[in-house]
Amino acid sequence: MDLTYTEEEREFRARLREWLGKTLPELPARPSPDDWPGRRAHDLGWQRRLYEAGYAGLHWPVDAGGRGATPTQHLIFLEETERAGAPYVGANFVGLLHAGPTIAAEGTAEQRARWLPPVLRGDEVWCQGFSEPDAGSDLAALRTKAVRDGDEYVITGSKIWTSHAEVADWCELLVRTDPGAPKHRGISWLAMPMDAPGVTVRPLRTLAGSTEFAEMFLDGVRVPVGNRVGAENDGWRVTMVTLSFERGTAFVGEVVACRRTLAALARTARANGRWDDPVLRRRLGRLHGEFGALWRLTQWNVSESTRSGGVPGTGGSVFKLRYSHARQELYDAAAEVLGAAGGALSLDEEWTLDRLSSLSYTIAAGTSQIQQNIVAERILGLPKGR
Amino acid sequence: MDFQLTEDQRALRAGVRELLEGRYGREALRASLDSADGGDPAGVVDRELWRELGEAGFFALRLPEGGPDGGVGLGPAEAVLVFEEAGRVLLPGPLVATHLAAGVVPGAAQGTAVVTAFDLGGPFVAYLGESDAVLGADGAGAEGAAGAGAVPVRSVDPLTPLYRTAGAPGAVSGALRDEGALLTAALQLGSALRTTELAVRYAKEREQFGQPIGGFQAVKHLCAQMLVRGEVARTAVYAAAVTGAPGEIAGAKLLADEAAVRNARDCLQVHGGMGFTWEADVHLHLKRAWVRAEQWRTAAEAEELLAAELAAEAAAEAGGLGG
Ligand SMILES: Cc1cc2nc3c(=O)[nH]c(=O)nc-3n(C[C@H](O)[C@H](O)[C@H](O)COP(=O)(O)OP(=O)(O)OC[C@H]3O[C@@H](n4cnc5c(N)ncnc54)[C@H](O)[C@@H]3O)c2cc1C
Repeated sequence: MDLTYTEEEREFRARLREWLGKTLPELPARPSPDDWPGRRAHDLGWQRRLYEAGYAGLHWPVDAGGRGATPTQHLIFLEETERAGAPYVGANFVGLLHAGPTIAAEGTAEQRARWLPPVLRGDEVWCQGFSEPDAGSDLAALRTKAVRDGDEYVITGSKIWTSHAEVADWCELLVRTDPGAPKHRGISWLAMPMDAPGVTVRPLRTLAGSTEFAEMFLDGVRVPVGNRVGAENDGWRVTMVTLSFERGTAFVGEVVACRRTLAALARTARANGRWDDPVLRRRLGRLHGEFGALWRLTQWNVSESTRSGGVPGTGGSVFKLRYSHARQELYDAAAEVLGAAGGALSLDEEWTLDRLSSLSYTIAAGTSQIQQNIVAERILGLPKGR
Repeated sequence: MDFQLTEDQRALRAGVRELLEGRYGREALRASLDSADGGDPAGVVDRELWRELGEAGFFALRLPEGGPDGGVGLGPAEAVLVFEEAGRVLLPGPLVATHLAAGVVPGAAQGTAVVTAFDLGGPFVAYLGESDAVLGADGAGAEGAAGAGAVPVRSVDPLTPLYRTAGAPGAVSGALRDEGALLTAALQLGSALRTTELAVRYAKEREQFGQPIGGFQAVKHLCAQMLVRGEVARTAVYAAAVTGAPGEIAGAKLLADEAAVRNARDCLQVHGGMGFTWEADVHLHLKRAWVRAEQWRTAAEAEELLAAELAAEAAAEAGGLGG
C-alpha cells in the first residue's frame, strides 16, 4: 500500500500543471448549453490543444496512436485537468471513452488508422447508438436490423437517448445481424457515418430543458461491411469491452470536481450562516469524508487495473453505484444550504442545472438496479436472474 | 503509487487469518458467549489466548524491532490488516487499548497484561473488571486505581462487559485517539466484510419458492449494497492507515462504523427469523458494531472534525456556490 508518487510521476504532474497554467487562460469561454455547434467546436478545440501538447490518448496503446502512459499517469492527468478547471471531455466523450478504446482493442489496423487519429486530433465526434425504445437495461433485446446486401449492410430501426447525436460524425451502432440466434449472439458492432442517407435525428428535450440527447431513425441506411468492428454476430462481446471502459474510468475527473463543489458549498454556508446549523454542518462533514473515500477508491481501482494489465474490472460498478448516489446527495445538500433565498429554485444558477443533471447519474450507463445485479451476480456469485 | 497490498502484507494477513481461525473459530466464540451468558464475564477475555496473541506480535506490532518489548517494527498499514482479521472473528477484549499500551504499560506488548481505556467518552468503560490497567488520558497506564468504585452494568454486547465508573474519567486525547479510531475502524471493517460473507452464503443456501433466496433481487440488492459499503470502508481505512491524516482517519471511522452496523442489520434481514435468534452469530456482529461505533470517535465527532477540515481547506480558495 503506497500512496506516494514516483519521481517520474511527480515530474509528469509538474509539467502538466505548468502547461495547464499557460493554456487555460487562452481558452475561449464555453458556449451556452443550448448552442450545440458552438459546444462541439469548443470541445474539439480543447482536444486539439491536448493533441498538440502530446496529452491526447494518454493511456491508449502506442499502436493505437496513444502515448502508452500508465494508469497512474492517466489518473494524474484527470486529477490535474479537473483541478485546474479545464474543459470537460464533453462532445468527445464517446470517441475518447467508448468507441475509441473499443476500436483500439478490437479493430483491425486499417480501422484504427481510419478512426482513431481524428478522435485524438479533435476532428471527429462520435455518438453511441445502443439503447432503443424497447431495449434499455435489456440492451441485448435490441431490434434495429442490418441485412447484408453485397458489401453493405442495410439498416432499419430506431435508437433513443443518443447523446450528442446532433453534432456527431460517427455513431457506434449496435444492430441485429442474425434474427434467428439467441439474443446475445446475433448482434454486431458497426461504425455508421451520421451523414449517411436515411439517418434522421430528432432532438429530445431533457428535464433540464436542454437537448442533450436525441432519437435516431434509421431507414435503409447503407453501411459498408468493412465498418464492422469484430466478427459478425460477435457485437455483444465487443460491447462488453466498451461498457467496462465506460464504467471503469469515465468518472474519475468528476470526483475531483465534486470535491471542488463541496468546498465552494462550504464557503457559501460559512458566508450565509447555514454553517452554524449543526445538522447541516455534519452533513457536509460526512460528504467530505464520502468524497475523500471515493477518491481513494479511484486510486484503488487504478492500482488494481495496473496489476491486471489495464482492463478495468467490476470495481467500476462498485464505484458507479456509490458515486452516482453521493453526487445526488451533494446537490441536495447544496439546495439546503442555499435555500430558495440563495437561488435553490432558480435556473439562472448554474449549479441548479448541475443538480438536475445529477438525476441522470443513477440511470445512464446502466441503472443502479442493473449495477446492483452485476455486483451481486459477478462479484458475489449469487444466482442469475431470469 | 500502488495502493494494492504488497506480497508481505498479503502473507501477514493470511497468517493472522489462519491463526485466528484456528485459535478463535466459531466454537471458541460460542464458548465465550456461553460463559458470559452464564454470568462469568471474566471468561470473556481468554488470558492464554491474549498471551499467544502477544507472542505472535499482535500488540508489539508497531514497536521498533530489537527494542526491550520485542517489537515487530511494522507500521499502521500492517496493523489495520491484523485488526481487520480480529474484527472478522469477533475476537473479544480491549485489543485496541492493549495495542496502544504496548511499550507504555508493562506486559501489554507481551500480552501478559490486559489494558483497557476510557474510550467511550463518559462514565462507561469496557472490560474494566477483566483488565490489569487503564490507559490514562495522558497515554500512561493507571493500574488498579481507576477501577475503584466501578460497578458492572448489563452490556448490550454480551462479549463486551461494561462498567460504570464513579466519576467521569478523562477521555483519551490527541494522537492516541486517532490511532484508536483507526484500529477500531479496522475491526469494524473486518466485521462488515464478514457479515457480507455470511449473508451471501445464506442467500445461496436457503431456498424459498423453489429457488435460492439469493436469486430474488430484493435480497441480491441488499447483498450488493453490503459489498459496496465494505469496499468503500476498506479503501478509506487502508488510505487512512497509509496517510495517518486525522481527517482521513475520522472519515475511515465514520464509513467503517456505518458499514459494520448497516451490514450487520442487512445480514440479519437476509437471515429472516434465523437472524433474530441467539443461535445465529449476526447479533454479535451488530452489538459489537454498536459498541465500537461509540469508541474513540463517534459519528458526531467524526463529522464535526471533517466539517472543520472542509472549512479550513475551503477557506484557502475563494468563490461560493450560487449568487
Ligand atoms: C442522460 C442520459 C444519456 C444517455 N446517453 C445514451 C447514449 O448516448 N447512448 C445510448 O445508447 N444510451 C444512452 N442513454 C440510455 C441509458 O443507457 C438507458 O436509459 C439506461 O440503460 C436505462 O434504460 P431505459 O431508459 O430503457 O430504462 P428501463 O430499462 O426501462 O428501466 C426502467 C426502470 O426499471 C429498472 N429495471 C429494468 N430492468 C431491471 C432489472 N433486470 N432488474 C431491476 N430493475 C430493472 C431500471 O433500473 C429502471 O429503474 C442515456 C440515458 C441518459 C439518462
